[in-house]
Amino acid sequence: MSDTGLNPDMVSSGGASAAPPLSRIQGVDKVFSNGTVALKNLNLDIGRHEFLSLLGPSGCGKSTALRLLAGLGEPSRGEIRWEGGAPATGSATDKGHRDIGFVFQEPTLMPWATVFGNVYLPLKLSGVSKAESVIPVGEALEMVGLTGFEKAYPRELSGGMKMRVSIARALVTRPKLLLMDEPFAALDEITRFKLNNDLLELWRQQNWTVVFVTHSVFESVYLSNRIVVMAARPGRVYEELEVDAPYPRGEDFRTSADYASHCRRASDALHGAINA
Amino acid sequence: MTMSRPDDDEFIPLPGLTPAQKRERIARLVLPGLILGFAVLAWEIGVTVNEVPHYILPAPSLIAETLIKDWGTLYGSLLVTLQITFSALIVATLGGAGLAILFTQSKWVEISFFPFAVILQVTPVIAIAPLILIYVDTVQVALLICAWIVAFFPILSNTTLGLNSADHNLRNLFELYGATRWQTLLHLRLPAAMPYFLGGLKIAGGLSLIGAIVAEFAAGSAGSGSGLAYRILESGYRLNIPRMFAALFMISITGILIFMSFSLLNHVLLRRWHESAIKREN
Repeated sequence: MSDTGLNPDMVSSGGASAAPPLSRIQGVDKVFSNGTVALKNLNLDIGRHEFLSLLGPSGCGKSTALRLLAGLGEPSRGEIRWEGGAPATGSATDKGHRDIGFVFQEPTLMPWATVFGNVYLPLKLSGVSKAESVIPVGEALEMVGLTGFEKAYPRELSGGMKMRVSIARALVTRPKLLLMDEPFAALDEITRFKLNNDLLELWRQQNWTVVFVTHSVFESVYLSNRIVVMAARPGRVYEELEVDAPYPRGEDFRTSADYASHCRRASDALHGAINA
Repeated sequence: MTMSRPDDDEFIPLPGLTPAQKRERIARLVLPGLILGFAVLAWEIGVTVNEVPHYILPAPSLIAETLIKDWGTLYGSLLVTLQITFSALIVATLGGAGLAILFTQSKWVEISFFPFAVILQVTPVIAIAPLILIYVDTVQVALLICAWIVAFFPILSNTTLGLNSADHNLRNLFELYGATRWQTLLHLRLPAAMPYFLGGLKIAGGLSLIGAIVAEFAAGSAGSGSGLAYRILESGYRLNIPRMFAALFMISITGILIFMSFSLLNHVLLRRWHESAIKREN
């Protein structure tokens, strides 16, 4: 356990398992063209089947790290290694299978397309016909509880439902790795709790790896088995925390002393990161 | 296998028309009609009571009479004007939208050519029309060029703006899923540009009529054309004021019809999704 370490340059242990990590971020810098140093010497292992949260204040580069993982932009220095080769890019897909799903902070739906059209998009872009997509799109919508809403337009849906559509779109290619960039930050607390529970349930069933960016201590402790706390200016890993509470986690966990103590540790780490 | 049903969320179905909205819709048609009716009536009475000679201000009834009596001539002219208007609009739409797509594919093309589009736009067409009439052999083609110059800029600038206004996260998403340039254009940029393009089309529709009329005026009697503007000039020379009004009336009606049909097109294409088509009470 390295959860009390304060070495910003440390290499994470990749969770408790000894299996090789799914992805290994090694010494990555990201400098934007305006000179902003978003990330400085970032080292991070992403373990297989892990639910990893990146927690940190605004400007700590957690979204940048997520985007680099998704292949949106190149690191200025360092490299991102993948176990078993880089994830499939769009052109290399086999019937729409893709290794990475991405959920943005906003639902990011196409307003001119129906729910079906939006979830179908990743498959359409990889050349899967509409007829062949009816089943996978239906399954993805079923997973997020939106069966029957295929013909609805985004503007007819509430914020929580739009986010569910966005998640369904990320799931439709059956990715191994799901990247989520503060997906529930704009939702009300009741909806957020519900989506947290539903996401955890899906994660347990599907056995994915999830990297979840958040600025909420409570959300990160509730969801993840490892929290990477990041500090800003320049963005770097500040501390790592294991959350060893067993799954499934539910309302009991949310009100337990164990949860509270994890939250305190995470909160202390976050304060440390803010003042670092 | 599933997330639970989103019972915390509410589904907001597309709104139907409430009685209040129905009343408003009827009022929108009836009220302007009533006002117009009163104005025409006041005009008719004013002219009759004050015995204004018809070569100064003809009564609406006389204009209507002229419209019916001269229908053969005027209708022929209307067709000529319409032909120029719509050919110009079609060329402007294809050219404007096509050029906009070209501009957004390459920054260098945009930087190189956009200033010329602006120059064409800011130079008054009435000032270039005589030149065009000299250089181009057929009057019809000259008129078409004039109308096109006026109509194409709103389509070009609006469509360019629209193509560039596609959501950045959506662009990232397309990149993430390995979309080709063509797929991004077809499935993201063009749909995102649609409301802007339609807005440009609404303006260009009216402008192409104006362009056609202005060019006909510039061509004047040399034009030997027989569009509505030519009829107005001709009637002016002959002091046939009622016919001038009748031709003017036809031009206005044409402009209104063009505007209304593009508004309808706008509504049909955007009503399901675009903010402009949504009415929400506060």
